[in-house]
Amino acid sequence: MTEIPEHLLKRSKARREQAGAGKGDAGNGGGGGGESADDGEKIPARLLQGEGGSSGGAATATVARPAAGAPAQSPGAVGPAGHTQRLLTVVKAGSIQDVKSVPTDKVHTWPHLLVGEFVAALAMTAFLFVFAIFVNAPLLGMANFNLTPNPSKAPWYFLGLQELLTMFHPMVAGVTIPGMGLIVMGAAGYIDKNPSNKPEDRKFAIALMTFFLMFWAVLVIIGSFFRGEGFNFIYPWDQGVHEIFDL
Amino acid sequence: MAKRMSLRERIPKPPKPADMLNSIQGSQFWSSVFRPGSIFRKGYTDSPRNRSYVVMNSVLYHLHPVKVKRHAVKVSYTLCLGGLSFFLFIHLTVTGIFLMFFYRPTAAQAWNDIKTLQTSVTFGLLVRNMHRWGAHLMVISVFLHMARVFYHGAYKPPREFNWVIGVILLTLTLLLSFTGYLLPWDQLALWAVTVGTNMMGYTPVFGRQVRFVLLGGVEIGTDTVLRWYVLHVLMFPFVIVIFMAIHFWRVRKDGGISGPL
Repeated sequence: MTEIPEHLLKRSKARREQAGAGKGDAGNGGGGGGESADDGEKIPARLLQGEGGSSGGAATATVARPAAGAPAQSPGAVGPAGHTQRLLTVVKAGSIQDVKSVPTDKVHTWPHLLVGEFVAALAMTAFLFVFAIFVNAPLLGMANFNLTPNPSKAPWYFLGLQELLTMFHPMVAGVTIPGMGLIVMGAAGYIDKNPSNKPEDRKFAIALMTFFLMFWAVLVIIGSFFRGEGFNFIYPWDQGVHEIFDL
Repeated sequence: MAKRMSLRERIPKPPKPADMLNSIQGSQFWSSVFRPGSIFRKGYTDSPRNRSYVVMNSVLYHLHPVKVKRHAVKVSYTLCLGGLSFFLFIHLTVTGIFLMFFYRPTAAQAWNDIKTLQTSVTFGLLVRNMHRWGAHLMVISVFLHMARVFYHGAYKPPREFNWVIGVILLTLTLLLSFTGYLLPWDQLALWAVTVGTNMMGYTPVFGRQVRFVLLGGVEIGTDTVLRWYVLHVLMFPFVIVIFMAIHFWRVRKDGGISGPL
């Protein structure tokens, strides 16, 4: 149970006293509805008897309870046109509104989140700035259709695909496998029916993803550093990385 | 006759800085810029109410709620990867705009423009380097973000659709990087793109057509440069911004970030 702040307790006490006073005034006008013992918290036993007394234990809130301070009309009394006013329903707290039993522990976005984001952005800028001062982006000779570099490589993130190209038909390696991969990846939330997000409950999913990521990383590394002239296997330390790989 | 005022008394005194600040902050212009409740109107002292106002009365409210789960601000949970991907996108937009001033997307001029940018434009080489390395970093950070989200099981309901958006964003990031790869029009660009587009040419049934549309012809040439330039600086950024907006919006609507585990 969470602590109720003191100022709220005070306010509610004041309101309750005020309401109690209002009821006392109106009590003689209504049909004797204003019971001074009624503190506005409990449903008077008298009302519950009309509904069948057994529900009394579960009742925690009422709908259509007469507003405090209004001329108190006894809910059991007969109205002007002969209608019987009565308690509409007794509902359990939480059945209408989604009341969270355990309140989430929250912090203010400012400063807790924004400061972190700002520092991360600053650190990234600083890193890029320093890195860009010391390492130049490659610019080889002007594009020349008559001079095919050996090896010719795709950008590094496609080198896994280019590696597959040595094993499969281009349609399989270049279109089918990446296409299916993306579709299966996107559908992961619909395929995986396991509702838990705890690592110990999802060993298979984690193993599968790790295998997939490692498989891909190994292919990219092989394609980047272990493929030389004619896309044949070489060791990067034999030729020098710059001969076979560029970003 | 009253004593004549001295020169010093007749010169109006300059207003005090505090008065100036007050009159600026009280002006119609100032209050039209900053919404009621903005900390720039009423000053900031650290209180829970003002902490809420910082977010609530600024454009930040489009991105962040007033409060977030306590575990969501732990760097060890998110590693900041999604935020950094977004930040790198902004970084690439800014440096990219700078590069656009010095670049003409034709086969005859592109390479020379880059060369001139590197040798004759103030900070040209530095900005180009930052753009290039930022692009590689963005591919890496988007990829790692995806892995992080998977390992936390955050692709599961109710976030399964946002995961789909995420996969689309990953694809768009790769396309942005790949289209930018051609633009320097050097040997690296030409042949990397040749390898890449040859693969796409093997799309079943429509392979030849796909390749023709991508290259703007049967071979890579000046039309390809123009086409990929437009894709790189206009179309893909436009599309990715839309998907990013949906992605961020859904993060909030799906109940904030996932977890704790």
